[in-house]
Amino acid sequence: MSTRASDLLTLTREGLYCPLGKFHVDPTWPVERALITHGHADHARAGHGHVMATPETLRIMAVRYGEDFCGTSQEARLGEAIRVGDVTVRFVPAGHVLGSAQIVIEREGVRVVVSGDYKRAEDPTCLPFEVVPCDVFITEATFGLPVFTHPDTRGEVRKLLESHRLFPERTHIVGAYALGKAQRVMALLREEGWDRPIHLHGAMEKLTELYKREGIPLGETPKVVAAERKDLGGAIVICPPSSMQDLWSRKFPDPVTCFASGWMRVRARARQKGVELPMVISDHADWPDLCRTIRETGAGEVWVTHGQEDALVHWCGSVGIRAKPLHLLGYGDDGEAEPAASAEAAA
Amino acid sequence: MNEFAHLLDRLGYEPRRNAKLRLLQDYFARTPDPERGFALGAMTGSLSFREAKPALIRGLVEERIDPLLFRLSHNYVGDLAETTALIWPGASPAGGDGSPAGIGHNNPPPHVPSLAEVVNTLATIPKRELPAYLTQWLDALDETGRWALLKLVTGNLRVGVSARLAKTAVGALGGHGADEVEEVWHGLEPPFETLFAWVEGRGERPETLNPAPFRPPMLSHPIEEREDLDKLEPEAFSAEWKWDGIRVQLVGGRDREGVQVGKVYSRTGEDITGAFPDLAEAITFAGALDGELLILREGRVQSFNVLQQRLNRKAVTGKLLEEFPAHVRAYDLLASEGEDLRAEPFATRRDKLEQVVTQLDHARVDISPLVPFADWEALASARADPASVGAGDDADAIEGVMLKRLNSPYLPGRPKGPWWKWKREPHIVDAVMMYAQRGHGKRSSFYSDYTFGVWREAPEGGDELVPVGKAYHGFTDAELAKLDRYVRNHTTKRFGPVREVVHGREAGLVLEIAFEGVQRSTRHKSGVAMRFPRVSRIRWDKPSAEADRIDVLERILARGEKEIAPGRTLEEDA
Repeated sequence: MSTRASDLLTLTREGLYCPLGKFHVDPTWPVERALITHGHADHARAGHGHVMATPETLRIMAVRYGEDFCGTSQEARLGEAIRVGDVTVRFVPAGHVLGSAQIVIEREGVRVVVSGDYKRAEDPTCLPFEVVPCDVFITEATFGLPVFTHPDTRGEVRKLLESHRLFPERTHIVGAYALGKAQRVMALLREEGWDRPIHLHGAMEKLTELYKREGIPLGETPKVVAAERKDLGGAIVICPPSSMQDLWSRKFPDPVTCFASGWMRVRARARQKGVELPMVISDHADWPDLCRTIRETGAGEVWVTHGQEDALVHWCGSVGIRAKPLHLLGYGDDGEAEPAASAEAAA
Repeated sequence: MNEFAHLLDRLGYEPRRNAKLRLLQDYFARTPDPERGFALGAMTGSLSFREAKPALIRGLVEERIDPLLFRLSHNYVGDLAETTALIWPGASPAGGDGSPAGIGHNNPPPHVPSLAEVVNTLATIPKRELPAYLTQWLDALDETGRWALLKLVTGNLRVGVSARLAKTAVGALGGHGADEVEEVWHGLEPPFETLFAWVEGRGERPETLNPAPFRPPMLSHPIEEREDLDKLEPEAFSAEWKWDGIRVQLVGGRDREGVQVGKVYSRTGEDITGAFPDLAEAITFAGALDGELLILREGRVQSFNVLQQRLNRKAVTGKLLEEFPAHVRAYDLLASEGEDLRAEPFATRRDKLEQVVTQLDHARVDISPLVPFADWEALASARADPASVGAGDDADAIEGVMLKRLNSPYLPGRPKGPWWKWKREPHIVDAVMMYAQRGHGKRSSFYSDYTFGVWREAPEGGDELVPVGKAYHGFTDAELAKLDRYVRNHTTKRFGPVREVVHGREAGLVLEIAFEGVQRSTRHKSGVAMRFPRVSRIRWDKPSAEADRIDVLERILARGEKEIAPGRTLEEDA
């Protein structure tokens, strides 16, 4: 009997599951065997028996959860076909954050691609997304509405530098998720010629050091010393969104609250968070890129994991592609989340 | 247009006045005429053109976007102009988004319109050509430009900048104060090239051709404590009632053809003549009266609540004019028969004012009487009980006394010393904090805006707290830090930027709220709304169950405020 897509991938309480390979992809609960697309906390959780991921993702998990974050681990090199149970898997760059990968699952010519979170826009801190032709494409839809068209990131970083020109005595505090977004903003600032130190909230330190060890130049990034906050007028400071305008940020001189996120596209969102300088920088595909990617994979069927599923499923139908929402819980948790771990998920 | 749009966008997020000022100055300094002049016109509400209806915008976008996708997007974003601006298939690379591709590679880039071009076109084209122009502009502008354009053409350009602030920024280009700009403002039109030339030292001060120009008003400082008065000499001052209306200027003059022109201005210089035809017809004099706009019925001044019912109406109907007759109670004379009187001492201006108002002899304009007093004690008792010193039936509409130095010239702005206002004691109520919200600007990391409630009988029996108002000042920075900590430690629920704090019979923080009055309100669940509520004391000691009940507010409403003796709380008075 020939292989069907449902033999390659199905849904369990823990999330996406491959019955023939006996593994989960990005499970939200501890499982025996997990394949992980990238290091964000809603996709990469601690406590699995066996974990397979790219070397960078494994190192990110070790930094976040400690060396013993799982029973055993296995490095998946990009592009390499690996036999798992009765299927073959392959990790391909997803362009989301450092180490992020799509997971290609194949058997007997049937191919399913779990893209994880992904983007098509340029990012100096990770490898670009690669299109893999497939039968079933599993996509996110974080920004799955046609109002989300992310602008060029350079323009967004220039907004920050322009504000610094006009208000050189004020501290510019940039809220950015600790894994990926923060380092991308640093790299973009360097590309735009900002050569002064970029000051970091303590929660950013370890991951930023890891990026540097992976060979991504980010320049001088000193940690903010609590007692010296009042002296940082005119500095650019990066912190987790939860600290952006909380107790921690009060001691800076007359701060300008900036937030680097795809959500900043919508004014009401920015206002609700009290942001004064919204920077539309996202690590997720925008609407045109979601649509383009689905077309380019040539998939006859699309499953939408999380985000604005309705609009994307509707669009797929309008162009003759079968699509269904999975309503996966636990991904893209976007609230006024205080703990950095859950806040970083939706970027 | 894109530049102007980005300025508006940035201003909309910026809470600090000084930062707004810097953004505006930077824009005016960098932007050439006439573009900046039209921008100034847009921010001061001086542009006039045919507006587009939301239905037209919706029609244009629905020709381009799948209706369901548009609806989902509109639901998410919440604002039609913003949704359209974001969703418009513009110059961004045409993706597989199911919409017609934007700009072909072989076509030249579209012409990006300037604000000047947009405004001039809108003012001249026939209505049927509007959709085509809008489409062309929307195709050419970036997302922020589209947003600003749509806000502009639908008449919804709220920019978070007052006309006054925009004028301040223009004046600052050449070291001129906002009042100097106000002086020449009326009579100027977009794009204000003579104004910019003057402030930048390239041209003459624009001659005001307006026969009835606005003059920036003189404002007073508050007397906070009775003791403050002891530093002042009673014989150097004149006193009058402080009326609870709105400050206006009635200005009359003849234009070059000799036709009489009458204008009514608000205290910010807004021309409100159109809303007050009943006052405009009283302006048969040549000169400028400074006074209070009040509603009088059968010779009796009505409460601010009544005045507001007239101010809130957009359409001025015969019925409205009849039911809410506007009057001006004059208290100063700034110019008369072509002569500027502002350098004259108050006593002189007052004498002339009495002559002018007597000569005018119009039922709509009378004079604000002086309050005689021998010493500060006498004034204190007059303030406490205006009815006893001649205010009679109008006592309800008096919110205190004004002190004016007899020898003071009329100085625009708020000079310290010549004018003082001494308000009546506020009402006081003990309420329970129910919700807290983060503030803006410097206070954005603090929970500084508090919604408070008082007790009432619940429909299902027992007592419940019902919100009656919101206060965000009245406390010191040290108290704010304590309140902020309290909110964080007593949060029961979160709704975005709002936190619900514990409130019930057993637990809750009592805030003593001072306020100026109560109005009926259909918007509030409690049916009442307070005027100028602020936190007067934080009652860390008081059990929440002992906070006041809604009845005390109801009683103020019922009594028309007049029986509350100053300086006493409602509880004592009840």
